[in-house]
Amino acid sequence: MFEYWNPRIERMPVDDLHELQGKRLRSLVRYVHDHSSFYRQRFREAGVEPDDIKKLSDVTKLPFTFKIDLRNTYPTGMFCLPENWVVRYHVSSGTTGKPTVVGYTQGDIDMWTESLARALTSVGLGREDVIQVSYGYGLFTGGLGLHYGAERIGATVLPTGAGNTERQIELMQDLGSTAIACTPSYFLHMNEVAQKMGVSIRDDTKLKAGIFGAEPWSDETRKRIEESTGIKAYDIYGTSEMSGPLFTECHLQNGIHIWADLFLLEVIDPKTGEQVEDGERGELVVTTLNKWAFPLIRYRIGDITILNNEPCECGRTHPRIMRILGRTDDMIVVRGINVFPSQVESVLMRIPEIGDHYQIIVDRKGPLDVMSVKVEMTESTFSDKIADLMSLSKTVARLLKGVLNITAEVELVEPGTIPRSMGKAQHVIDRRKV
Amino acid sequence: MAAIKQISIFAENKPGRMAGVAKALGDAGVNIRALTIAEAGDFGVIRMVVDDTERGYTALREKGFMVSETDVLAVEIKDVPGGLYEIANSLGMNNVNVEYAYAFVTAKAERAMLILRVDDVKRAAEVLSEAGVRIATKGEIQQI
Repeated sequence: MFEYWNPRIERMPVDDLHELQGKRLRSLVRYVHDHSSFYRQRFREAGVEPDDIKKLSDVTKLPFTFKIDLRNTYPTGMFCLPENWVVRYHVSSGTTGKPTVVGYTQGDIDMWTESLARALTSVGLGREDVIQVSYGYGLFTGGLGLHYGAERIGATVLPTGAGNTERQIELMQDLGSTAIACTPSYFLHMNEVAQKMGVSIRDDTKLKAGIFGAEPWSDETRKRIEESTGIKAYDIYGTSEMSGPLFTECHLQNGIHIWADLFLLEVIDPKTGEQVEDGERGELVVTTLNKWAFPLIRYRIGDITILNNEPCECGRTHPRIMRILGRTDDMIVVRGINVFPSQVESVLMRIPEIGDHYQIIVDRKGPLDVMSVKVEMTESTFSDKIADLMSLSKTVARLLKGVLNITAEVELVEPGTIPRSMGKAQHVIDRRKV
Repeated sequence: MAAIKQISIFAENKPGRMAGVAKALGDAGVNIRALTIAEAGDFGVIRMVVDDTERGYTALREKGFMVSETDVLAVEIKDVPGGLYEIANSLGMNNVNVEYAYAFVTAKAERAMLILRVDDVKRAAEVLSEAGVRIATKGEIQQI
């Protein structure tokens, strides 16, 4: 059942893999130097020549690329090929500034699709499966990316896109979807809507797997999804700059497999820029090894994770990253303390008395930052006793304090009152910026 | 069993919530017999006894309210000084704890009724009956 899409590459001995990466890095550096005035200038400023890059470990001689570089060269200033090579654009939403435009050659699309074909195969999907793609289609990479990957492995694609939830659930039943790809928060919403329609995802559909990503989520949410719907929930990772969604966990659910022949990943200390030891938390830095319209050299993606170079028990030799803790952009600083929404989520999802949706509100009262967390009550645990409700909100506050080290006000709200999202959920409302 | 069902509703403490509850019941043709609100900062619990619990419960749920049912006792209080003492004392002497209570007067103002939430409903019903206190049944509450 759990097969390999590309066994020769996926199980390649580590030394051979490193040699392949070194070779691809050398040609990439030569290529961007010859094709991009941006990178030529960067290399000059850093005092590095293409010939200085001889082996994989020389990667640290190369300068970093930042999100601000993408904005400053908007729309296509960092492309390495003329537009007539480009077969598709995707454009990121640009919530914090100008959007980012990504261009793909036909080869770049094929590389992206290959990456997802390996990933989908590694969670046990194949020709027999019906994969419902409920990520948004269009400028966002999620829908089309998964669509192509699913077709490549011979699965049947049900391209519902995001939204129109009741119809999605009907189609899921009528056409027998066995897997779904969407944001974890949208799937939780879908489960609620299904229940209201009298449909049990566990008993009334054939769904067995979910590919969830595009927003940070936690193992506790995974547990909730798996226990309430009976499916296996897999984490998927990738950003629009890198192509889109690219990598997933394998069926063992123990870290996301990063295809090392396609991408070179480093985890660095964001303060010093030095690589951290294996197993230490740091910021992810990406170099694309087989992407040509819009390649990236040591791009500071901003996601916080841990790298694991141990080969996986599934037989794949490629490195893994642990679940993304959050993006440096998502991090909120409350009274000088760094808080990732995913930390809050992992606390909340451990408490059975509260619902699946939450919202963090940061505000300023006088000179002080105040953080409050809205959580929904659940029908099954609602007690008529005020004392029980008070003690529930105290418990939530105490557990949050234990993890975050700051005091948060906990507000119990009625079910269904926190806004549901079809795509990326808005977990944080920061009123200080207004 | 002498206990009747009380409806409890979780409500955020914000304008319009009470109206929402009242409208849902009114539209369903459910009449409220007695009501009390316990508030605790951001939220509160609305507790009520209605003529048709089943219908009230369903109507509120359909409107998305979080509702639960709780067993309470509806007992008659003699409309004379010391009426409440008699009830409270019998419960106290028999180690039954009253968690909360609220009273109402019936439409014809013939009787006062006390809704009691106690830690041991069965025991409370026994000791009150022994003391000669009348406990209203579901049917009686419906017909008041």
